[in-house]
Amino acid sequence: MDSTILGGWIAAGLTLFMFSSLYKDNPFYRFGEHLYLGLSVGYIILKVIYANIIGGLYKPLFEDHQYMLLIPTILGLSLYTRFFPKIAWISRITFAFIVGYGSGLTIPRIIAGGIFQQIEKIITPLGKTGATWWEVFSGIVIIIGVASVLIYFFFSVEHKGIINKISRVGIYFVMIAFGASFGYTVMARMSLLIGRSYDLIEFATPKYYYATIVLLVLMVLILILYESMRKKEEGSEANA
Amino acid sequence: MHNMFKFFVLVTVILFVSSPIMAQDKPSLTPPEGFTALDTPNDIGNSISLLWQASANDKEGISYIIYASPLEDGPWLEQDRVLSTLGFKSDAPQYFGLSEENETWHFYEVTSIKKDPTDKNPLPITATTYFKLAISNGTDVIEFHSIVSAAPEGNWFDTSKLNVLIFVSIFSILILYFISLARKNPNLFIRHIPGLDAIEETIGRATEMGRPILYLNGLLDMSSLSTIASTSILGKVARKVANYDSQIMVPCYDPIVMSVCQEVVKEAYAEAGRPDAFKEDNIFFITNDQFAYAAAVDGIIMRHKPAANLFMGYYYAESLLIAETGVATGAMQIAGTDAITQLPFFITTCDYTLMGEELYAASAYLSREPLQLGSLKGQDYSKGFIILVLIIGTIASTAGSAFFINLFRTF
Repeated sequence: MDSTILGGWIAAGLTLFMFSSLYKDNPFYRFGEHLYLGLSVGYIILKVIYANIIGGLYKPLFEDHQYMLLIPTILGLSLYTRFFPKIAWISRITFAFIVGYGSGLTIPRIIAGGIFQQIEKIITPLGKTGATWWEVFSGIVIIIGVASVLIYFFFSVEHKGIINKISRVGIYFVMIAFGASFGYTVMARMSLLIGRSYDLIEFATPKYYYATIVLLVLMVLILILYESMRKKEEGSEANA
Repeated sequence: MHNMFKFFVLVTVILFVSSPIMAQDKPSLTPPEGFTALDTPNDIGNSISLLWQASANDKEGISYIIYASPLEDGPWLEQDRVLSTLGFKSDAPQYFGLSEENETWHFYEVTSIKKDPTDKNPLPITATTYFKLAISNGTDVIEFHSIVSAAPEGNWFDTSKLNVLIFVSIFSILILYFISLARKNPNLFIRHIPGLDAIEETIGRATEMGRPILYLNGLLDMSSLSTIASTSILGKVARKVANYDSQIMVPCYDPIVMSVCQEVVKEAYAEAGRPDAFKEDNIFFITNDQFAYAAAVDGIIMRHKPAANLFMGYYYAESLLIAETGVATGAMQIAGTDAITQLPFFITTCDYTLMGEELYAASAYLSREPLQLGSLKGQDYSKGFIILVLIIGTIASTAGSAFFINLFRTF
């Protein structure tokens, strides 16, 4: 058998196995799930060994003599001291390094990109020369939206009276944004489903010896058999 | 002969009349003033800036030619040609700020030097280099005599990020102040968060139904704020679970998070006086692969049918897959995440959702940990400051002042 056709049968089978969870938990889904899980763990372990340990450490250290790599190696190994309570404190040095390095890189970037750039864009003149009424209105809506959402996320004051009213306006803005984001992502997910369906349709053609149809029929038959056997077993257990 | 004479006269007249126009087409080239080379400010030491004043030379068809040499006496090699109407200091505010004067100075950044005219891979600039400027109108090239030099040097301080430093410093001082205040008084006020009440309700429901509670920590490691907040909430949830004599399952995405969760839950059971009821196997590692993890969690939800699912932490595209399966099994679901893109999915599939900062607030609310409490308070005041800036800044910029916009400009 051609490897492409074999691949088509495997792909169609595993896709149908995963889709079978729409019916309910069943042996096909369990097989697909465990296969996926096992493959992913195996792949990650090999990736770590070859890319990180051999490619990122062993070769540069022993073949290219990059001895500076000993510092991250020691820091990395010290993380495992967490498993030995008496020397677990050593791992804190690495954690301190990770947190310090991460914060130093992230905080200025977030403040510059997440806060400053937004403030800069928001505080534009409302009535600049040539601005239309719609632009002025949009500017006001943005100011009200940002301020009310920020007030919603105020935790130091009770949401009562005027604060409650403003925060409610804020939550409406948040929900409108989430609605747009939801619709956008759902459309993206639909395109993924359509892509998978196209594959299944292709695997149902004579070129692949009707893989999708054959596997689907087989799965349905086996599931019917499995369910009837399970019900019989449950019935006999209940009678006993 | 007579015709020849007339033709000669006509050509002479035409040439005479058109000569001033032709002279205008061929511009007179004068040396630009203030040609200097300097180490580019606010960089890592990989470039030299060339500056010269804009002049009457600058018009269409005129270009400047930049020559460089490692020695003062040459040999000089042409590096680049730049149009005289382009390349000003104002194009690089990250180096020279926002002064109006910047529009009157030409700027050219040299990052590499060609070693021969056909060099396709010029070498990065590392040492003192000499520069000469020439001007061309397409046919003539006039080289100027002044030779300038500079050496690239890395700068320890990027002045273009000074505003960020000031902002971070103010916020840090605020947060540190409130942390010290929270250490003295751990009962600092934090408003009630509705989703938190529901946690107790879900645990009670799970106990009544005799089914376990599923708790997920998200897909980030222990260095993530959302994971820290999630493990903090897990401790409180586990304590209630132990009190109710129910069961909690925590499938983990990260092995370090798993070991932390095991410790947290074990401690919670001990605090509740039920160390014997703690089952280490209920807190387990699945895989580091996003969708394999989602498939496994879906399998767990379908097989064990937990009465309550708690999704706290940071999630990606798997959020909807997991939460949707939870809905299908009829579980009560509470989510808390700072993953903005995933919040809509949790809002549509969960009974309660802690949005963004509410997750941290919930963690601080439950733990009363001075660090978390102080950070939350400090952030609240920072938000107040931002609201003030937005309002005042908009009024000021509408009135024509660019002061506030420039204050928050980033490069």
